[in-house]
Amino acid sequence: MTWRAPVPGALALGTLISLWSLPFVRFAPNRLLTGDGLAWWRAPLGLGHWAALLPCGLLLLAWRAQSRATRVVGLPAAALWLVALPWLAGMAARQMAPEVDGLARVSLGAGFWLSWGLMALLLGELLREAAWPVWRRVLLWVGVLLALLAELSGGALDHLSLLREYANHQDAFNLAFGQHVQLVALSVAPAALLGASLGLLAARRSRVQGALFAVLNLIQTLPSIALFGLLVAPLAWLGEHVPGLGIAGIGMAPGILALTLYSLLPMTRGTLAGLQQVPAAAVDAARGMGMGSWQILWQVELPLALPVFLTGLRITAVQAVGLAEVAALIGAGGFGAIMFQGLLGSAIDLVLLGVIPVVALAIAVDLLFKLIIAGVARHD
Amino acid sequence: MIEMTQVSKTFGGARPAVDDLSLSIAAGEFVVLIGSSGSGKSTLLRMINRLVEPDRGEILVNGVDIRRQRPEDLRRRMGYAIQSIGLFPHWTVAQNIGTVPRLLKWTKARIDARVDELLALLHLDPAEFRHRYPHQLSGGQQQRVGVARALAADPDVLLMDEPFGALDPVTRGALQEELLRIHALSGKTVVLVTHDIDEALQLGSHIVLMNQGRIVQQGRPLDLLRRPANAFVHDFVGRTEIGLRLLALDRVAGRLRPNEAAVGEPISADLSLREALSTFVARRVDRLPVVDDQGRPAGALFFSDLLERQL
Amino acid sequence: MSRVQSALALSLLALIVLTGWLPHAGPAFALLFPNRDRLIYRQDDFADLILAHLAIVGASSLLAALLGSGVALAATRRWGLAFRPLLETLLAVSQALPPVAVLAVATPLIGFGPLPALIALFLYGLLPIAQGMLAGLDSVPEGAREVARGLGMTPAQTLWQVELPLAAPVVLAGLRTSVTINIGTAALASTVGVKTLGLPIIIGLSGFNTPYVLQGAVLVGLLALTVDLAFAALSEPLGRWRAPQPSPGEPTLAGAD
Repeated sequence: MTWRAPVPGALALGTLISLWSLPFVRFAPNRLLTGDGLAWWRAPLGLGHWAALLPCGLLLLAWRAQSRATRVVGLPAAALWLVALPWLAGMAARQMAPEVDGLARVSLGAGFWLSWGLMALLLGELLREAAWPVWRRVLLWVGVLLALLAELSGGALDHLSLLREYANHQDAFNLAFGQHVQLVALSVAPAALLGASLGLLAARRSRVQGALFAVLNLIQTLPSIALFGLLVAPLAWLGEHVPGLGIAGIGMAPGILALTLYSLLPMTRGTLAGLQQVPAAAVDAARGMGMGSWQILWQVELPLALPVFLTGLRITAVQAVGLAEVAALIGAGGFGAIMFQGLLGSAIDLVLLGVIPVVALAIAVDLLFKLIIAGVARHD
Repeated sequence: MIEMTQVSKTFGGARPAVDDLSLSIAAGEFVVLIGSSGSGKSTLLRMINRLVEPDRGEILVNGVDIRRQRPEDLRRRMGYAIQSIGLFPHWTVAQNIGTVPRLLKWTKARIDARVDELLALLHLDPAEFRHRYPHQLSGGQQQRVGVARALAADPDVLLMDEPFGALDPVTRGALQEELLRIHALSGKTVVLVTHDIDEALQLGSHIVLMNQGRIVQQGRPLDLLRRPANAFVHDFVGRTEIGLRLLALDRVAGRLRPNEAAVGEPISADLSLREALSTFVARRVDRLPVVDDQGRPAGALFFSDLLERQL
Repeated sequence: MSRVQSALALSLLALIVLTGWLPHAGPAFALLFPNRDRLIYRQDDFADLILAHLAIVGASSLLAALLGSGVALAATRRWGLAFRPLLETLLAVSQALPPVAVLAVATPLIGFGPLPALIALFLYGLLPIAQGMLAGLDSVPEGAREVARGLGMTPAQTLWQVELPLAAPVVLAGLRTSVTINIGTAALASTVGVKTLGLPIIIGLSGFNTPYVLQGAVLVGLLALTVDLAFAALSEPLGRWRAPQPSPGEPTLAGAD
C-alpha cells in the first residue's frame, strides 16, 4: 500500500522515533556533569505528554488521507507543534530546576532539536505542496517566530540552561551582537563598492577578466583562518609603526580586511553577471537615441543589472555573517567569541548561544534581501 | 508487420491521449502519423517501442505481443530518432552511432565497419566525422548522425518523432530526400510523426491523420487530397492549397510531350509539377523545355497539361 | 602542460620546499621579527601536520562523497523524486550555517579529539557534494536521456554510460568545493587540540606569537591552493567534449572556513 504523502509521512515518523529514542531534555545537578537524558515519556510534562498525538495524527493523515485534508489539518498542527514544544520543554525545566540561580541545569536534548527540526521541515513541505504564495508563507513563519519570541520574553523558557547562560552572559551577548553586525557591515559595504567597480572594469575590458578572477579565486580558496593569520603580521607591523591609525595585528582590523577580501569575489562576479545580462538591444537603442556612455550606464545598464547585483550582495552578506564567526579567533569579537568560549569549555549552551543568533541573522539577512530584490524586480 | 488493436492511453487528465485506436502497418511502408499538437501521434509512436505503455489494447510486432519481451530488447531491434536529436555530447560521432551495436555486443571490427558504412550512406566523410564531438557539428549534421545511430543495428522498424522539426528548411529538405532514398534502398518499415502536411505528403506512402486520439482518415497521399473524409481533413490538407499539393505529388516526366520542343532554359524532368507551375508563372510562358538527368532534351511541358485529369 | 597543470606543479613545489625549509628558517624570521625567541614552531613536524590534516580531510570527504552523492542520486530517480524538494530545502537552509558551527556543536557533545572533527567535516562536506550531484544530473540534456531509453539502454546503463559521465564535471566541482572548505574547517579543529595545520596558528594566536601564525597560515593556504588546483587539473580532461565556455570567475567557493 503506497503512502498518500510519503515525505510528510517520513518526517512525522522521524519525529516520533526521535521523541521515543532520544532524550527530550537533559538534567544535570550542576554545570560540571553531563547529566542524564530524559526521553519524552519520562520528562515531567504532565498532560503535555499527549502532544505526541500530534505527530501520530500527522503520520496517519500522511498515510491514508487526501492531500487537502492533510494540509488543512497538518499546517496548523505542525505550526502548533513548533510553538508548543519549546514551551513544554520550558515547563519541564521549571519543574526540574525551579531556582533560577540554582546549580541544577536542564538543557534541551537531541530529541527536542530533532523533532522540532523535522516538524519545521514538515511544515515547509506542506506549505510547498499547498502552493501558498510567498508572502503567505513568510507570514506563517513570522507568526511562529513571533509566538516563540513571546514565549522567550514572557519567561516561559527561562529555566532552560540555554536561557540561563544568556542571562549570565547578557552583556557579552549584546556586545557580540554589535561587533558581529559591525564586522559584516563594515566589510560588505566597501566590498560592494570595490567589487562593483571591479565588475564594471571587467565588463568594459574583457582582457582583464582572466587575471582579475584568477586573483579573486585565489583569495577565495584560502581558508579563512589562513587569511586572518596572514593579515595579522603586516597589520601588527602597521599598528606599531603608524600609531595614529589605531589598528593592531589582532582585533577588528584584520577581521574586517579579511572579510572585505572574501566579499570581493561574489560582489565582482555579481556585478559582472548583472551587466552581462543586460540585453544588448536596450543598450543599442539607448545609444541610437543619443545617450552618452555615462547616461547609458546610469539610466539603462545599472537599473537592469540591479536584481542580479542585489542577488550577489545577498550572497555576499550571508557569507560574511558566517565567516565572521571565525574572526573571533583573532580578537575581532562577534558571536564567534561566545562560540569559541563554549567550545573550549565544552559548554554546549554557550556554543549554541554563539551559533543560533548567527544562523538567525543569516536567515534574516537572506530574507530581507530577497524581499528587497522581489520589490525591485516587480518593476521589470 | 505492426498491428495495434484498440489501444488507449490516458495521462492524468480527463481526455484520453489515444482513444481506442486500431492501426495496421504493413512491412516496408513509410507511414506518417500526422495531426496537430495533442492529437496523440507522438504517444502512439512511443507505444510501439514501449516508451509509453497503453492502458488498454494490444500491439503486435511481427505477430508477437510486445509485452512478451523485455522493453530494452524490443527497443534494440527498432531505430529511434527524435526532434531534439539527443546525441550524447560526451561521445564522438562514432561512439554515438555505435550505441546499439555495443549494447548488442557486436565485435569492435564489425561496429567500426558499420559506422563507416552509415556515415557514407548519410553523406558524411567517415575520416572527417568519426572523431568529432556533437558540439562540433551543425544541426543538419547532428541529425544525420542521429539517423545513422537509429539505423546502426539494422532494425526492421524505424521510429521517428518529428526528426526534422528543429532544422532550417534547406537542411530539412535535404534530409527528407535522404530518408526517402534510404527507405527505397533498404525497404525498412518507417513510422514518422510530423505536424507538417507537406512533409507528410512528400515522404509517406501511407498517411494517418489523427485528431484527439483517434484516426480521422488514413490512406495514400492522393486519397487524402482528392477524397477528404470530412471538413477537418479538408482543412488540414489545406483547403486552398490542395491543388498545389496535388501537383507536388507528380513529376514533370509524367506530363511532358516527348516530341515537342520549346525555347528558354530547360527544366529537369525530375522536378515536381508544383515547381514547374512556379516556373511557368515566374517566366510568364506557356511551354518549357525539359531535359532528363543527363541533360539531354526530353521534350516540352505545356502549361495546359498541368490541368490534365490524373489517373 | 596546460596552465592549470603548471600552476599545480608550482604550488606543490612551493609547498614541499617550504615544508622542508621552514625548520631551518630561523634566521629569516629573526630578521622579520627582531626581539623575539621561539621563532619556529617545533612542537610538531610540519610534514606530520600536513599529513594529519590531509588524512582527516580525506577520510571525511570520502565518506561524504559516498553518502552525499548517493542521497542526491536517489532524489533524482523516479522512486525518490518525491523527496527531492525536501533535500533541496535542507541544502538551502544549511547554507545559513557556517561550517565552524557544526564543529563547535559536535565537540561538546562527543568529546575532544579527532572524532567530532571527522563527524563535523563529514556532515558539512555532504552539502556541496549533494548540490553538485543534483546540478550535474540536471545538466544532462533531456533528449540524451530519452534517446538512451529509446535505443534500448536499461536504466542502469543509462545512468552509468550517459547520465553520470555527463554530470561528472559539475559533480567534481561540488567535490572540489567540499574538500576545499573542509581543509579550512579542519584547521579550526585545532582549537580543540586536533593535530592539523591549524595548530601553529591557534597556538600562535593565543600566545601572541606571530611567526607561528604566519607559518601555519602559509602552509595551510598553500595546501588549500594545491588541492584546489589538483581538482582543476583533474576536471580538465573530463570536459573535453564540451563546447568551449566563456566563464568569469567560475568555481563557486565560499571563503573556506
